[in-house]
Amino acid sequence: MQQVIFKRPEILTDAFTHYCPGCGHGTIHRLVANAIDDLQIREKVIGAGPVGCSAMIYDYLDVDFQQSAHGRAPAVATGIKRVSPENIVFTYQGDGDLASIGTAEVIHAAARGENITVIFVNNAIFGMTGGQMAPTTLLGQKTQTSPEGRDLTTQGYPLRVCELLNTLDGVAYLARVSVHDVRNVLQAKKAIKRAFETQIEKKGFSLVEVLSICPTNWGMKPKQAIQWLEENMTAYYPLQVFKDWR
Amino acid sequence: MEKVLMKGTEAIGEAAIRAGCRIYCGYPITPQSELLAYLAKKMPHIEGASFLQSESEVAAINMIYGAAGAGARAMTSSSSPGVSLKQEGISYIAGAELPCVIVNASRGGPGLGSIQPAQSDYFQATKGGGHGDYRLIVLAPKSVQEMYDYTFDAFDLADKYRTPVMLMCDGALSQLMEPVVLKDIEVKKYEKPWATTGAKGRKPVLVSSLRIDPADMEKQNDHLFEKYEKIIANEARYESTCNADTEYVVVAYGIMARIAQTAIKKLRQEGIEVGLIRPITLWPFPVQAFDGLRDQAKLFISLELNKGQMVEDVRLAVNGKAPVEFYGRSGGMMPKPDEIVEVIKRKISGVEKCNK
Ligand SMILES: Cc1ncc(C[n+]2csc(CCOP(=O)(O)OP(=O)(O)O)c2C)c(N)n1
Ligand code: SF4
Repeated sequence: MQQVIFKRPEILTDAFTHYCPGCGHGTIHRLVANAIDDLQIREKVIGAGPVGCSAMIYDYLDVDFQQSAHGRAPAVATGIKRVSPENIVFTYQGDGDLASIGTAEVIHAAARGENITVIFVNNAIFGMTGGQMAPTTLLGQKTQTSPEGRDLTTQGYPLRVCELLNTLDGVAYLARVSVHDVRNVLQAKKAIKRAFETQIEKKGFSLVEVLSICPTNWGMKPKQAIQWLEENMTAYYPLQVFKDWR
Repeated sequence: MEKVLMKGTEAIGEAAIRAGCRIYCGYPITPQSELLAYLAKKMPHIEGASFLQSESEVAAINMIYGAAGAGARAMTSSSSPGVSLKQEGISYIAGAELPCVIVNASRGGPGLGSIQPAQSDYFQATKGGGHGDYRLIVLAPKSVQEMYDYTFDAFDLADKYRTPVMLMCDGALSQLMEPVVLKDIEVKKYEKPWATTGAKGRKPVLVSSLRIDPADMEKQNDHLFEKYEKIIANEARYESTCNADTEYVVVAYGIMARIAQTAIKKLRQEGIEVGLIRPITLWPFPVQAFDGLRDQAKLFISLELNKGQMVEDVRLAVNGKAPVEFYGRSGGMMPKPDEIVEVIKRKISGVEKCNK
């Protein structure tokens, strides 16, 4: 008799993603799908999407979605959650979306202890607009708008979102993970599921920062990009669980 | 029916609750902070309703987007500088066709301006304000009673057409205390199969203004404008005291219409007959109020609390058939009725001299 040892998450649609080869978004979508499947919450889930490469995440996950303005997804999710507290509401946002234009919205949603889940994809660059510097771009990292490498004296330090949010009492679950190898993908899968559980248990705000690669705008082959992430990003953005209500 | 003394802002708050508003999000700003205070006191005691003081007007309007997208009646309010911050969200709400109510208790501008009443946000409210091709239904009450009544209308129109509706008042109306009859107004229920409520036993729904294919975007704009045509045909509202003999016509809305009414009464005592057109909907602009009149009247005067905004719509409505004059005070200054009496007399004598 044959045994099923690998199954595609049910809520992942059949659509081909429009992401570049090697892009981290596809993997992270899948982990979100896994969590929703495992927790059997598909019928309750409402997503608030970002503006960025993953703006069309609603094509790939078979759940209700609201497309939000750039950076405003935590406010949109707040509005949804307040009028439908029994639904499971999450945002999916890039680092331009969340850490640049939308810093106010995410900080205040976290401070209020808004019972929503945020999946925050940190690829250290603005992907969709062609590779400009993000607040998370590392010092010395070359982008379209830091052509000589990010310069401390004029462009300041990269923003560590988890460390910033860790000071807020409204945050119930907070973790930074990565998807650059199998071991880390499994860690990320656990963290994302845990974040949704936090919301189901009504414990407050949960956020998972996922370090990811953008081979296209980093100007690297996927394999090289994975190596660059491991060597540079994890040093500045340590992988850890910052907060867990359990 | 109960009759109570209320501030304009409170009348809006009470009506919103009775109209089934389930969420209010806003950020304090003079002259409408009393609305937040009223709802902060009342809404938490209403089953299923929530009040949220948001971190900014930007956040407030996006919370309204989320709540309206989830199918709830939702409202936000502000005054001019805060309404400017809401424009991004209003454009997204119009694009995604979400029903909601936005209150503007407008004040003197530009910039931080003054905190006194003004009508200088007319262009912003009626011509777009945010980016893209869209319109807002704009209702302009002139009394506290109307602020109560029109709040019900605003929620109903929003649901009926799946479109944002603005209640345009000003610093004077929002602060004014007047008796209000708390009428029991019937609240119609609308089905919202497009709302995100969780994909239980159905395919997922999507609330979005994104149309990545330009052909789709054009189609969506065509669809929006078919809707706007219906609104223009069915929802334009006004009051008029003009008749078949009216030669001079004043056009004014909101608090300015009340000042004009007092002035017109005085003029009549002096034997000068002047008619008043008072737009109730600023968009759609009630062009039909000018039918007949544009060929018969000798003069139209647009009176506004700004440097001349609605006058452009008056000119379009008159269509070159008669002279259109403008008078306004701005920055938060309000004219006394006697000032308006003098202005009207001067403008009339000007046009009579030309006619000789
Ligand atoms: C108000 C506004 N400003 C700017 C843009 C242009 N824009 C689209 S996506 C984006 C950045 C996206 O970067 P990120 O959030 O890091 O997501 P990624 O594409 O890397 O996944 C910008 C600046 C916009 N759509 N709206
Ligand atoms: S540009 Fe970068 S983030 Fe966007 S799809 Fe391509 S690899 Fe992914």
